[in-house]
Amino acid sequence: MIGIIDYGLGNIKAISNIYDKLKIKNILVKSEIDFEKAERLILPGVGSFDSAMNLLDKKNYIQTIVSMVLEKEKKILGICVGMQTFAKKSDEGSMEGFNWIDGEVKKFEKNNNDRLPHMGWNSIKKNKENPLFKNIENDEYFYFCHSYYFKCKRNEDIITQTSFGSNFASSINNKNIYGIQFHPEKSHDSGSTILKNFAIL
Amino acid sequence: MLLPRIIPCLLLTKDGLVKTENFKNPNYIGDPINTVKIFNEKKADELIILDIHATTQNYEPNYKLIDKLARESKMPICYGGGIKNLDQAKKIFSFGIEKIGLSSIIFSNLKIISEISNYAGSQSTVVVLDIFKENNEYFIFINNGKTKIDENFDNFIVKLQDEGVGEIVVNSINKDGSMSGFDFDLINKIFYLTKIPITVLGGAKDYSDIENVVKKYGSIGIAAGSLFVYKGSRKAVLINYPIKTDKIKIFNNLIKDV
Repeated sequence: MIGIIDYGLGNIKAISNIYDKLKIKNILVKSEIDFEKAERLILPGVGSFDSAMNLLDKKNYIQTIVSMVLEKEKKILGICVGMQTFAKKSDEGSMEGFNWIDGEVKKFEKNNNDRLPHMGWNSIKKNKENPLFKNIENDEYFYFCHSYYFKCKRNEDIITQTSFGSNFASSINNKNIYGIQFHPEKSHDSGSTILKNFAIL
Repeated sequence: MLLPRIIPCLLLTKDGLVKTENFKNPNYIGDPINTVKIFNEKKADELIILDIHATTQNYEPNYKLIDKLARESKMPICYGGGIKNLDQAKKIFSFGIEKIGLSSIIFSNLKIISEISNYAGSQSTVVVLDIFKENNEYFIFINNGKTKIDENFDNFIVKLQDEGVGEIVVNSINKDGSMSGFDFDLINKIFYLTKIPITVLGGAKDYSDIENVVKKYGSIGIAAGSLFVYKGSRKAVLINYPIKTDKIKIFNNLIKDV
């Protein structure tokens, strides 16, 4: 059972719709009981770092999520700003992140050719093999929509990189914690494959 | 590498999707949900969906429908039409819509741009400008092309970026539904006035038009209405979109595989 955390941000219904079509059981997580029921968690996100942390805080989800991930060791997949909340902090705000994967969220530096935000379909390059990217080719395209990126301290936490001006971590993993900067729910078949892979990790 | 975005633009009314010519004569195209399903199958890069009557007929965005569209779509959607405040935007984001398109409201409340961008990030805050060319000058219009805005085009584009908008869509009223090719002067103007992503809309007649924009401007958004909903000179309604091999040609063989 996949639990998609419902905290008022992100494409929860689009994600749930894809799982329904894949015939994979999923629930929208809205309460303590839902958190218990879910075997794996997805933390979606469209929005800014502080909005995400504020909304999680308002719903009193933060402690529950921490206990699910660190004590019960449930697998979690953060999407876009969801992934960014796994960092210690972000240039985009003043709230503290979960601090699960060593790094900080930084704003892309502007150079002459690249227009910010980074918006559209871009390709990934594998830094290492990871079951989350099973059946995904190197150079596969995904949909990105963001101005900040996860600056990973440890190279071994980076699954894929994407080039925008320079290379940044487009997906990360440490133990049971996974993050992807792109939107799998809006990336057609390649995105569905990622969501399917997460369900069977 | 970041690819150019090829974006169908769908116009919504209470009665379903329509396509206009110079913002007039709406012609019925079909059911919005069904159309989104077809673009899913065709793997469109992104969709722009604009409710063209919400502001002029003064009704709220059709939340029920937007929710269904977001749920169905396997590609990102920019929704515009009738958004006047942050609460409405929040509601639409909560359905999983990635981007909100603002238009008329910014001329009475420019601050709404920073409000939405503080909440959702600039990447989700889009301004859609309807542009009319008159005596070789460009003017911004609102209310479906009926009301002229008293702002200098160039200055206003700069102002929008200062407010924190993440993308500007320029829609040529002169070219709308004409299928007579893009207004390259307008594209050129907006391209050099901006440091953020832009999307150009109005006039595309075939894939070679899109190819010409890509050749000159690289990774920008190229949107079209008629091209993706009509087929043939008699304009029979048929939802279509470039297939993989078309795209590789459009992108000028920059990439082997899309």
